[in-house]
Amino acid sequence: MVAKSCTHICGESSPGIGEAGKTGEWRTSRPVIDPGKCIPAKRGKPSCFICWLYCPEALISKTIPVQIDLEYCKGCGICMYVCPAQAISMVNEGEFCSEQDGLNRS
Amino acid sequence: MINKKLDRKADIQILDGNHAAALGAKLSRVQVIAAYPITPQSPVTESLSEFVEGGDLHAEYIAVESEHSAMAVCTSASLVGARTFTATSSHGLAYMHEMLHWVAGTRLPVVLACVNRAIGAPWNVQNDQQDSISQRDTGWIQIYARNNQEILDSVIQAYKIAESVYVPVMVCYDGYILSHTEMPVDVPSQGDVDRFLPPYKPHAILDPANPRNYNLVTLANPRVNADGILCHGYMEIRYLLQEALQKSRETIINVGQEFGKLFARSYANMFWEDRLDDAEIVIVAMGSLAMEATVAVDMLREEGHRVGVLSLRVFRPFPKDYLIEALSKARLIVVFDKNISYGSEGATCSEIKSALYGNRINAVIRNFIVGLGGRDVKAREIADAVRKSLPSLEEGGPNIEYPEWICHM
Ligand code: SF4
Ligand code: SF4
Repeated sequence: MVAKSCTHICGESSPGIGEAGKTGEWRTSRPVIDPGKCIPAKRGKPSCFICWLYCPEALISKTIPVQIDLEYCKGCGICMYVCPAQAISMVNEGEFCSEQDGLNRS
Repeated sequence: MINKKLDRKADIQILDGNHAAALGAKLSRVQVIAAYPITPQSPVTESLSEFVEGGDLHAEYIAVESEHSAMAVCTSASLVGARTFTATSSHGLAYMHEMLHWVAGTRLPVVLACVNRAIGAPWNVQNDQQDSISQRDTGWIQIYARNNQEILDSVIQAYKIAESVYVPVMVCYDGYILSHTEMPVDVPSQGDVDRFLPPYKPHAILDPANPRNYNLVTLANPRVNADGILCHGYMEIRYLLQEALQKSRETIINVGQEFGKLFARSYANMFWEDRLDDAEIVIVAMGSLAMEATVAVDMLREEGHRVGVLSLRVFRPFPKDYLIEALSKARLIVVFDKNISYGSEGATCSEIKSALYGNRINAVIRNFIVGLGGRDVKAREIADAVRKSLPSLEEGGPNIEYPEWICHM
C-alpha cells in the first residue's frame, strides 16, 4: 500500500533497504555458496568475510553461515570473484525457474 | 512603509558591465563562487576574487580548472545550502552545458552571469547571443540586460527569483558592448539589498546528520520507496521543472515590482516597451541591441512611420501570453536576432511567431540576422531594414520563410 505521495521536486531519496526498488529482479545469475568450502562455515568461527566486504549492495551477512539477500542481489558476481576459497559459484537464474511457466519459484 | 527605513542615497558609480555583475553578486552576499576566466567575462572573476581576498566579501572563491567543474562546484555548494554564483561566456558556457542540465534538474537556485560572446568555429571573442541561446533548453530562466544598471539589478533579482521558484537563472549581457563599456550605475546600499533579499532557504539539503541521495538513477515510472512513499519517476520530475518555469513568470514580475518599490527602478515586466501605444510597426530585439533600436525609432518616427520597440527582457520562460496585448495593433513586426538556429531562423523570431499563433494577429513578420561575432549594428542599419520591410505592410502576403542577413553576402 502506498502511504503518501512524493513531495520532492528533484530526484531525492533516503539511503535505506529497498530505496531503489527490488533490484534482485534484474539478476540473470545467482551466487550460490558451498558451505563445504566457505571458510567461516568450515572453521565454525568468524573469519574471512571478504564477500561481505566487497558486495557493492552490502547484502551479504557477516554470519555463520554467510547469507545473501536475494531480494536485492543483482548478480554482479563480485563475491564469486573475490572469494579466496572458490566457495561461490554463479548459477544461471533459468535453473531456478519452473518448467511450466518460466517463473522463478524458488 | 518599508521605504522609510531605506538608506536609498544615490551612489552613482561609473562601472562597466562586468563590474556591475560582480557588484550585484557581492551585494547579494554570495557564499560560494566557482568560476574559470574567459574573454570577455574575466574581469567578473577578477573583481570577485579581489573582493574575497580583500575581506570585503565573506565567500569561498574556488578556483577551478574548467567551466564544467565550476558548475559542478556550484551544484554541490548550492545543495549544501550556500548561495552560489558563477560567470562565463561562449565556449565556457558550452563546456558547462551538461552541468546546466544537472543544476536545473536538481532545482538549484544558482545564478550565472553569461557575458554573451560568439562561439567558434571560427574563433571569435566578440559579441553575439549564440552562446546563451544555444542553452535555452537546459531549464534555466534567461534574463537579458540592455545596460549596466540592468545587469546589476538583474543579478540581485535573479537570486530572489531563483530561490522562490527553485530554478537557476542566467543573467545575460552583451560582451564588450556592455561588459567593457563604462556607464553610470546607481549602486544600492548593502542594507537595502539585505532588506530586499532574504537569506537562501534550500528546498533540500545535503546533511550528514540526515543522509539523503540526490539524482540517483530514476527510472521512467514512479516507484514506491523503502518508506512506502510513491516517488516520482523521471518524467514527473521533468514535468515539475516545466511547471516551475511556466509559473515563474508571475514571480519574475512580482520580484521586479518589489524591486521597483524599494529602489525606484521597476522591472514589473517580461519585456520593455518603447512607443508601442500607437505603433503599427514593431521592432523586436533583445539586449543592448534594443537600445540601438530606440535610436532607429527616432529616425523612422521623423519620417512619419509609427514604429516602436519591444525589447525582450526574459527569454525563458518565454512571455507568450504577455506579448499578445503588446503586439495586438502591430501590422508589421521586424525581429532582429543576434543568433541563428541554423536551417531555420533567429530564435526570438520563432518564439514571436509561436506566441502569435491562434491569436488573430495578422502581422507580417520579417527576421533579420545581425551583429554576429561582434559585427557592428548601427541604428541606421536597423532603420534601413525596417524601411526595406515596409512594402510588406501594403502587400501583406506570405512571410519570408528564411531570415535575411545584414552582412556582405
Ligand atoms: S552477486 Fe554481487 S550483489 Fe549478489 S551477493 Fe554477490 S557481490 Fe553482492
Ligand atoms: S569470501 Fe568465500 S570463503 Fe570468505 S566468507 Fe565469503 S563465501 Fe566464505
